[in-house]
Amino acid sequence: MTQLDGRGIVEVSDGGVSVELKGETMTLNIGPQHPSTHGVLRLVAEVDGERIAKLEPAIGYMHRGKEKLAEVRTYAQITALINRIDWVSGFANEVAFIRAVEQLMGVEPAPRAQMIRLILTELTRISNHLVFASSYPLELGAFTPLMWAFREREHIMDVIESATGGRFHPNFNRVGGVKPAAGGGKTQKKVSLDLPAGFYAAVENAMDRAELACDELDDLVTGNEMIQMRAKGVGIISYDDVIAYGISGPNARASGVPTDLRKLETGLLPYEGIDFDVITRENGDAFDRYLVRILEIRESIKIVRQAIGSVPDGPLQAKVPRVLKVPPGSIYVRAENPKGEMGYYIVSQGGRIPYRVKIRSASFSNISILSKVAVGQLIPDLVATMGSLDFVLGDVDR
Amino acid sequence: MIAFAVPFALWLTAKLLVALGLMLGVVLVVIWMELKWSAHIQSRVGPWYVGGRWGWAHPLAEALKFLQKEDLVPDDADDKVFRLAPYVMLAGTIATFVVIPIGPSVVARDLDIGIFYLLAVSSLSTLGVLMAGWSSGNKYSLIGGIRAGAQLIAYELPLVLALVAVAVQAGTLSLTGIVAAQATPLFHIGSTGISLPFVLSGQIIGFVVFIIASLAELNRTPFDLPMAESELTMGYVTEYSGLRFSMFFLGEYAGMVSMAAVVSTVYLGGYWLPGLSNDLLDWLGPFVLVGKIFFIVFLFIWFRWTWPRIREDQLQQLAWKWLIPLTLFNIVATATLKVVF
Repeated sequence: MTQLDGRGIVEVSDGGVSVELKGETMTLNIGPQHPSTHGVLRLVAEVDGERIAKLEPAIGYMHRGKEKLAEVRTYAQITALINRIDWVSGFANEVAFIRAVEQLMGVEPAPRAQMIRLILTELTRISNHLVFASSYPLELGAFTPLMWAFREREHIMDVIESATGGRFHPNFNRVGGVKPAAGGGKTQKKVSLDLPAGFYAAVENAMDRAELACDELDDLVTGNEMIQMRAKGVGIISYDDVIAYGISGPNARASGVPTDLRKLETGLLPYEGIDFDVITRENGDAFDRYLVRILEIRESIKIVRQAIGSVPDGPLQAKVPRVLKVPPGSIYVRAENPKGEMGYYIVSQGGRIPYRVKIRSASFSNISILSKVAVGQLIPDLVATMGSLDFVLGDVDR
Repeated sequence: MIAFAVPFALWLTAKLLVALGLMLGVVLVVIWMELKWSAHIQSRVGPWYVGGRWGWAHPLAEALKFLQKEDLVPDDADDKVFRLAPYVMLAGTIATFVVIPIGPSVVARDLDIGIFYLLAVSSLSTLGVLMAGWSSGNKYSLIGGIRAGAQLIAYELPLVLALVAVAVQAGTLSLTGIVAAQATPLFHIGSTGISLPFVLSGQIIGFVVFIIASLAELNRTPFDLPMAESELTMGYVTEYSGLRFSMFFLGEYAGMVSMAAVVSTVYLGGYWLPGLSNDLLDWLGPFVLVGKIFFIVFLFIWFRWTWPRIREDQLQQLAWKWLIPLTLFNIVATATLKVVF
């Protein structure tokens, strides 16, 4: 058992004999360039041997000024900016923002577009969770799941590309609907102004492949004793900590907090008619966070399969003025991003550009727990904890 | 004196060069196999273009690439130790081959205490790792080096104890003797003598423990803690570049080949194959041995691309709570059976 007192780390053996292991601590800079910090997160760790006595995340290496840039762009241009915040789930970023603008303007989006948004959001969620489920074993030292999951994820990327024209950054949402067909210009005139032919069949196929990926990951990763040895009981986040640190998304649900904005924030996307469960686990350790995501992939597959059967006919775009002018006012809209709660606070003073856009990103809050859970852990456990939080640095720094 | 010494030196040099060339050749093939097999495990194609067919020249091309890289020594590094470390690691693994028989009468040196020698030199590579970790002047390297030292405590004892049971069963410490013991018929069906390698005649526990412990000695997944790419960037090789890095790389794979050679000699019958006469085995033996080496190497590669890495304390627990009791049981069982039969 490990305890931390004022002087250093004290090892207390089961027999109650206290052996003080006190040495000089050393400062270990983990990152900004490090294989498991997902980019440029820097962790200043004070380590005693391999045990972490203190840990301070240093962020800001990827600050791209999204909020400031948004203040000098029109609303239609901002979607291209914000789908780069969390680049693993670009489409989901757009939806919350565009819904916020629509609600400010009082525009009712086309029902068909709403359903397509829902499908693509869930596809993005599956793709994001597949990236997680493949890169998390990588952090524990297993390489093969990465390739297997990415192989199946490619089908989803193909589907997203066929509909939107972009794999990572679709930029597909417009106020009032979605952008009809891929591209424009003279050569594209003959392209139908709707989803591409065979879209639903391709989605069905992609869902089958995603299910296959889940089965394979269950065989290779979930049931693997070594993964369980490494991830079970590591980086436990308690129910109260989830509330206190504002942790959201799968990370919160792994600790038993049944928060899911798809259920709570009705009216953003048409989730009401769709039957799906909110996955929760009780232990709040790294393994549960992994498991929640794997189970969520299966839930999302269920959602997509229901949704493609119920896409209504009609236009993809509601009637909106040619020049978008948003009336003065402010709004906060939050949506369930694959990584957690993604919120946009938009202040408009009227006109074509927003006065202020505050972006509340999930990863930023999620990694704030690191300096608390990491204390007393070993370096391998820190990596196991960090990976299980599933953050993206673009989402942390914005 | 001099007239005698020069031909001897020449003869020795020639032998050394041939042996080294053969071994490095096998190592290059093993590197290529890892590239290719890992690719197929991960549903990739792997090396394809270099060399025209199957990318067979890929390891050579990589070696050429490493040759061109700048040889960097960090300012904070302990210069001499830093430069020496890769060679210590490589030397230890190559020295193993001295006692490995590749045919009934083809062996560099049939030492009576072959197993002792084997265990002694195979641990040298850990010294190289420690030197690299200590001298690099990098905290990640240091942790990696210390981990390698701690790992030694875990795997060395099961390794030795597993071989003790083999020595008991074979009644000799010489590796040639051990192969000969496996070639001796255990029982007869009619007039045909049936002889079995040790893995099939009582040493299955020892075989499994030895494989696990040798994975730890080789720093291969699931025990690649000193390297631990996702934790320690590259562990003890973080600061190495160019030729020195390639020496470590080569040392790792040479270690795999030498460990696989030991496993195949001790448990799988080495150069020996049933039904072949000794005269024939003098020529075919090396091929038989290399075939068995490739099989064991395949296991190593398969493990690596399937499993994650475990933690240092979990390795210690595995070694002290499971492997060592198992090997002790194995020794007692082997000794008992030896007395009974």
